[in-house]
Amino acid sequence: MDHTHDPQATAFYKPDETGGKSGLASWIFSTDHKRIGLLYLSLILLMFCAATVLGLIIKLKLMTPGSTLLSPQQYNAMFTLHGVIMIFLVVIPSVPASFGNIFLPLHIGANDVSFPRLNNFSWWLYVIGALLALTSIFTGDGAPDTGWTFYVPFSERTTTNVSVAVIAVFILGFSSILTGLNFITTIHRLRAPGMTWKKLPLFAWSLYATGWIQVLATPILGITALLIFAERVLKLGLFNPAQGGDPLLYQHLFWIYSHPAVYIMILPAMGVISEIIPVFSRKPIFGYNMIAFSSLAIAFAGSLVWAHHMFTSGMSDTAVLVFSFLTFVVAIPSAIKVFNWLSTLYKGSISLDPPLLFALGFILMFSIGGLTGLVLGSAGTDIHVHDTYFVVAHFHYVIFGGTGLGMFAAMHYWAPKVFGRMYDHAKAAWSFWLIILGMNVLYFPMFIMGLQGMPRRYYDYLPQYAPLQMVSTWGSWFLAAGLILMFWNLYQGCRYGPPATKNPWGGATLEWTLPSPLQHEAFHHDPVAPEPYDYKGVNPDG
Amino acid sequence: MTDTRETTQATGQDHGHDHGQDHGPLSYRFLTLIWAGLMVLTAITVAVSKVDLGFMNVAVALGVASIKASLVIFFFMHLKYENWIIKGMVLTAFVILAIAIGLTFVDVGYRY
Repeated sequence: MDHTHDPQATAFYKPDETGGKSGLASWIFSTDHKRIGLLYLSLILLMFCAATVLGLIIKLKLMTPGSTLLSPQQYNAMFTLHGVIMIFLVVIPSVPASFGNIFLPLHIGANDVSFPRLNNFSWWLYVIGALLALTSIFTGDGAPDTGWTFYVPFSERTTTNVSVAVIAVFILGFSSILTGLNFITTIHRLRAPGMTWKKLPLFAWSLYATGWIQVLATPILGITALLIFAERVLKLGLFNPAQGGDPLLYQHLFWIYSHPAVYIMILPAMGVISEIIPVFSRKPIFGYNMIAFSSLAIAFAGSLVWAHHMFTSGMSDTAVLVFSFLTFVVAIPSAIKVFNWLSTLYKGSISLDPPLLFALGFILMFSIGGLTGLVLGSAGTDIHVHDTYFVVAHFHYVIFGGTGLGMFAAMHYWAPKVFGRMYDHAKAAWSFWLIILGMNVLYFPMFIMGLQGMPRRYYDYLPQYAPLQMVSTWGSWFLAAGLILMFWNLYQGCRYGPPATKNPWGGATLEWTLPSPLQHEAFHHDPVAPEPYDYKGVNPDG
Repeated sequence: MTDTRETTQATGQDHGHDHGQDHGPLSYRFLTLIWAGLMVLTAITVAVSKVDLGFMNVAVALGVASIKASLVIFFFMHLKYENWIIKGMVLTAFVILAIAIGLTFVDVGYRY
């Protein structure tokens, strides 16, 4: 590598002077994992903003009781779209498709994923799925109004555009499967010499576990989405009791995918946290083996707990007992991770830089979300809070407080490496505190309202819930302010910030040996596999 | 963009497909036999569905389907000639699927 030139001039996002495609084609038909990662990131953030606006409108409508702002049908469509876009277009691809694509090959010392063209195809499937999902809103007899779970029998009967939406989900599923397949193969085949499984960064371990869930569980979602389509078009009667079908079969099939899917969402974010905590504690990660193992254990045990979404559905009591027990089992590997992160921080030399702030926010929010998950996993208490705001609060703590903050932590950790420029740390810290405040003011009242019996997805509510609904809506405004500040600060930093050094945080994984911003080709020779969490002699530049 | 190192790495580790070539292509006669076997098993599934065996109907149908899937995976998809890691991966997928189906019957089998 020639060190005399400006690395900005030859960054991977600048035209490649050595030939190949140029302009828009050099992006949308790119087989470069870094460009595909950025393509994903930009679309995911666009979708995130769209679905966040829907969420803000929902909260605004709920600020006061009565029929305000939206009609009941519009309200149903709003929360359905908020859920479908957030789950299938934002959270599932969030960390793996963006930062996973960019950094997995670099972490293991490879110049790309195993199947670069398939990677580009995955992105195109994502685009086609997203366009179809948007089409379902504006065509047919109205936007889907089933909620993101598409439960039968309503999803079979509603006249809204469910058929197009489930085909979109089917296609998005294939995008996810192909990404998972690519990552599993990449980790098996393309590790640099000396990069043994025990030298694999924990982010790669988490993507490996995620890849397996994507490959094994997502096809079931694909089939289930097609079955809904078949039910609507061909009237097969698979889920219709009048024709000998079983509506609970749908719930089983849906959750056999969709519960493991929450681990597709959370595991890569946990990988990010496992990377950030030791770097900013200047200590080797505590319990490397157990964190790696717990990723696989979560992937396996998390696949066996799906029917805890169905305790009140009328399934057998035996199944309730078995699935309640299994749900408690999956809490163990999750807790192992949290304890290991805290033990890493213990007596560390902690620098409270923005990536660590977001990582600590993850631990707080994920712990609250995880512990309230046990209330839901316990069959007795679940009967009281099932389908109430308690579930909505639990889910948003885990997925927004967990995966969302994990994603934001990744953005603050890796932005200087990807774009070669540094953002403003003070503004990043302000945005963090606004986001944490907003999230808790928004979602914590939902726990209380849920315990008091406020059902989820209701258009209107009794006056007794009005004060907490009002507080919750205020929270959504703090959250929105924090998000705007964070995105603006990151944009300003990545565009106009001071040049970032090669290793601004003092990380020991391989990407920090590469120039900032990343170049078209990362490794010109086989890198020497480092000890990923040994900080002796590794210091932050400057 | 070329990367000679990665190409070498990929071909250097490409043992899985070498195994397939070592054994040569499977004969038409053998593949036809497998196909005939699949047809017979399909006929069994159809025949059994017409007899009321209670819960065993499901067990037989799933059993026959598993044998058919194994024949396709092992011979048509050449799993028999792959190395242990590929076999292990397919076995993992099969075990997870079996557990998923089995746990579903914890509900269906015990419902009132």
